[in-house]
Amino acid sequence: MTATVEAPPATKRRRGPARRTLTPWMMLAPGIVLFTLFMAAPILYTLVLSFQKEVVRGLGLGSGAKSRTFAGLENYVATLTDPEFLASVGRVLVYGLILVPTMLGLALLFALLLDARRTGAKGFSRVSIFLPYAVPAVISSLLWGFLYLPAVSPFYWIFEQLGWDDVPSLLSPGLVIFAIANIGLWGGVGFNMIVMYTSLKAVPTEIYEAARIDGASEVQIAWRIKVPIIMPALIMTALFSMIATLQVFAEPMTLRPLTNSLSTTWSPLMYVYRDAFTRDDIYSAAATSVIIAVATFAVSFFFLRVVQRRAFGQED
Amino acid sequence: MTITNQTRALVVPELVEASDDRGHRPVSDTRMPLAPGSTAVLLLGALYCLLPVAWVVIASTKDASELFSTFTFAPSTHLWDNIVELTNYRDGLYWRWMLNTALYAGFGAIVSTYVSALSGYALAKYTFPGKGVVFKVLLMGVLVPSVIVAIPQYLLLAQVGLTNTYWSVLLPQLISPYGIYLARIYAAAAVPTDIIESARTEGARELYIFHRIALPMMGPGLVTIFLFQFVAVWNNFMLPYIMLGNDELFPITVGLSGLLNQGASLPAMYTLVITGALLSIVPLIVLFLVLQRYWRVDLAAGAVKA
Repeated sequence: MTATVEAPPATKRRRGPARRTLTPWMMLAPGIVLFTLFMAAPILYTLVLSFQKEVVRGLGLGSGAKSRTFAGLENYVATLTDPEFLASVGRVLVYGLILVPTMLGLALLFALLLDARRTGAKGFSRVSIFLPYAVPAVISSLLWGFLYLPAVSPFYWIFEQLGWDDVPSLLSPGLVIFAIANIGLWGGVGFNMIVMYTSLKAVPTEIYEAARIDGASEVQIAWRIKVPIIMPALIMTALFSMIATLQVFAEPMTLRPLTNSLSTTWSPLMYVYRDAFTRDDIYSAAATSVIIAVATFAVSFFFLRVVQRRAFGQED
Repeated sequence: MTITNQTRALVVPELVEASDDRGHRPVSDTRMPLAPGSTAVLLLGALYCLLPVAWVVIASTKDASELFSTFTFAPSTHLWDNIVELTNYRDGLYWRWMLNTALYAGFGAIVSTYVSALSGYALAKYTFPGKGVVFKVLLMGVLVPSVIVAIPQYLLLAQVGLTNTYWSVLLPQLISPYGIYLARIYAAAAVPTDIIESARTEGARELYIFHRIALPMMGPGLVTIFLFQFVAVWNNFMLPYIMLGNDELFPITVGLSGLLNQGASLPAMYTLVITGALLSIVPLIVLFLVLQRYWRVDLAAGAVKA
């Protein structure tokens, strides 16, 4: 951020270039080793699996009866032509269009209000809004699931008092996507608010003082100065939110026992899960995983390419 | 907020000597009248976020029949009975799950934060060939859905016989590309290059500079990274679910989900699940509040040291 004290070029002396090249690599070594073992290797393994299939000889009994063979693009074609998979992709896109703008808009609003001088109850609100982030998705889905059930829900009690009798179930096919988006919003808005707020805190307040002397209102300062300054944080939260959206999994899985509106392939990751664990077809699951990962990368790389210079322009 | 000024004090250390913490705060800050509109909006947000928490607190005071028959927010008196029942469930298995979770999340997050700090600092403060590539590759890790690596992680760990052990859940979660990304941002923002340069001029070694100068300056950011990683491990369901077969190694998420499945056929289990859910988020709420304080103290300490 602008908070970094920029070193005048004159202080950058070239002392011991060999040492200075080796040191960062030594510091990066633990991260790189762990990344290689637990991220890169599994990803490569997924790639290998995705091009294979299992061949069963005879009755499939005995140790030599099952073997792997090269399958080419068979698994990929099967996934991409499966209407169930395409439907799950469509649902997740709609889900993202509902969730991401709502969540980021509210997160930015809350972050700016926390940073504004005249807002009260800041400490309480910040902790309260961030708190849901500490609640595991399995548990938050369970809590909201109960709150959606007419027998337990306070909402239906309110509807009753208002005289609305025929409110459809919040978990009915038309509304369940909003019900899940609400769980995502509840769990995510505080996280994004904190990321934005952290980046607002790094801004020296002199900038605002100068704008105030020039007669700028708090809203103008927020919109014209604060938002542009924390644009890198906004861009990254947008990126991470889009990725998280594509990965929606725990929420619909947990809600499934409570409603008939959610199929086993409601989201793309549920589709992968079903292939891997219900159908025991790790090869198809691997291919679908790769498709989702590639789609995620395509979106993300385009996004990062556009914004990277702005996000990290301040570094050495 | 004092935090804003303390952060600034941390970044521009020479300002601290001129004024103490309170004197440094702009006087107008405390005298400004509150804006009711913006305060109300924030409080509405807080209310929305507290609603399900309030519900679980009240629901866990109800017994199985009251859960579906009494008004949602009408508390009852069975909280202690529910806790006793939960504790008696298979000789305190629930509390074993809690301890496991503390181990996975606590130990895992500390190591992960240190690894992230090292990597983030190296990426922010050094210029070296390959830096851009390393960062891009690490960032790709952020984008990979965890469920996608979880299945091959299982298959790979099974080949070295590590599945169904504590290590199978701990090791894969030591690497946090997002933590490295955050650490890079914090290092770039909080550690002035000329301080590193002057330490070098005085002959300090690179790792000494990192541990004694950069790490304290990154302190508040590292608390945030620790918190995020702690919560990420605590929340992770898929990895332990795949890795572990022995329910004595389960973390709380996997354990509770098992109880929940039993609830489908045995509704009395729902009160156990709800009480278990409440007790599992209590430590996190406590941790958040404690770290909240530590956060401020740490910032103040950093400012005094500077």
